[in-house]
Amino acid sequence: MTLGLINANPVVHAKKERVARAEDSHADDAVDALDVFDSVRDIRDPEHPYSLEQLSVLSEESIAVDEKLGRIQITFTPTVQYCSMATVIGLCLRVKLMQCFPPHFKVDINVTPGSHVDEEAVNKQLNDKERVAAALENPNLRQLVDECLYSSELYSL
Amino acid sequence: MDILERNLELRERQRLEGHTDRVWSLAWNPAAGVSGIPAMLASCSGDKTVRIWQQDPSGSWDCLAVLEDTHTRTVRSCAWSPSGKLLATASFDAATAVWEHIGGDFECVATLEGHENEVKSVSWNASGSLLATCSRDKTVWIWEVQPGNEFECVSVLQGHTQDVKMVQWHPFLDVLVSVSYDNSVKIWAEDGDSDDWHCVQTLNEASSGHTSTVWAVSFSSNGDRMVTCSDDLTLKIWDTSSNPSETSDSNCGSWRHLCTISGYHDRTIFSVNWSREGVIASGAADDAIRLFLESKDNSVDAPSYKLLSKKEKAHDMDVNSVQWNPKEPGVLASASDDGTIKIWELLEVPR
Repeated sequence: MTLGLINANPVVHAKKERVARAEDSHADDAVDALDVFDSVRDIRDPEHPYSLEQLSVLSEESIAVDEKLGRIQITFTPTVQYCSMATVIGLCLRVKLMQCFPPHFKVDINVTPGSHVDEEAVNKQLNDKERVAAALENPNLRQLVDECLYSSELYSL
Repeated sequence: MDILERNLELRERQRLEGHTDRVWSLAWNPAAGVSGIPAMLASCSGDKTVRIWQQDPSGSWDCLAVLEDTHTRTVRSCAWSPSGKLLATASFDAATAVWEHIGGDFECVATLEGHENEVKSVSWNASGSLLATCSRDKTVWIWEVQPGNEFECVSVLQGHTQDVKMVQWHPFLDVLVSVSYDNSVKIWAEDGDSDDWHCVQTLNEASSGHTSTVWAVSFSSNGDRMVTCSDDLTLKIWDTSSNPSETSDSNCGSWRHLCTISGYHDRTIFSVNWSREGVIASGAADDAIRLFLESKDNSVDAPSYKLLSKKEKAHDMDVNSVQWNPKEPGVLASASDDGTIKIWELLEVPR
């Protein structure tokens, strides 16, 4: 029994050490592009049972994080140039980021330049905080966003 | 010593908590804070309520009332009538409510409906006889105040091509300004003969106007200048006193760009407010409050505005509204996405 206790301590101790080292190199509240990508990669496309990652709507490279300034920039590529769901995808990204990251982070969301016929109009809507707030109060739109965020019905490729 | 040379700073006097969602807007009661009547402030929020705050004799602020169960969505804007007896509140639920203040109680005495979707702003004219509202439906409505708290819509103004963000009446003329997501500023006045309201001037990119959404406008105390703020990261000063040959009727259509204040903001400027003493306060999406003042630099022909002071991290999140206390010089209130309201005092500090 004494042996068991003595054995247990190093295991616990080692675990702690690993955790501590991890904290040193990646502090609890440090956010990088991969963290952001991990939070959004599995969002379901509003129209197809595939994730935004599976459809190449976004990738880790399309995300930029400035930890010091507290800024997150996401660029996403709608599946087609005239995609009517571009604003819905943008809303989904905003809601997910609001849920996953501290409120002091400023988020800018844009479509990849050249990827949408109404690029300027879509970008303007997605970055107008008042328009976003009003849209999320619309029950139908909110339901669609929730389906994209919480749906686990993804086909694996 | 020139005021711009002095080291002035905004010091936080108090933080008002209570709202459970972002605070969009606030308004000082114009009839309070004078003649022994304690100062009063209204705030409105994404939590669908309006809160009334009152200052007690010791100077500290308490929440006097919570106006709830009326609006069914975000309350975006609030405005007191000049008498301080009525409070109008504009909501994303497409309605504008009017509340009467009797004693310490507030009762909803009217609901103005008609806009097709979210109402963004509401403003009373100088005499309290007219109310203006604007909406994402691109229109501006003018309502006449009638006896018995009745309101009649007398005009639906079309012209903006997008969402109208704010409306503001001139400090003493029945001239209305609206600012929009279509990047323009429009001036509206009544036609002398027909009593028809129409757009007398549009200030857009071609008139040295803004290149992105215009969020707010504020008049100088004497009404011959106004300042607008925008998503294009600038403040613009407009002037109407430069055409002395124009009659007072057409004066309202002769606004011209005076100067642009740029290089100070790196995120959207949501609010701007001009104090009686001439200080312009701005509230922006970088959580800061900035103060500007006209520089009396005689070596330059055109008037210019300089930064008087900057309060970084005034709030933990975006500053949505800044309003000077009309009765106490140097006192400013700010509202934020962080759910709080702060009362500030402009003080001189040793360097």
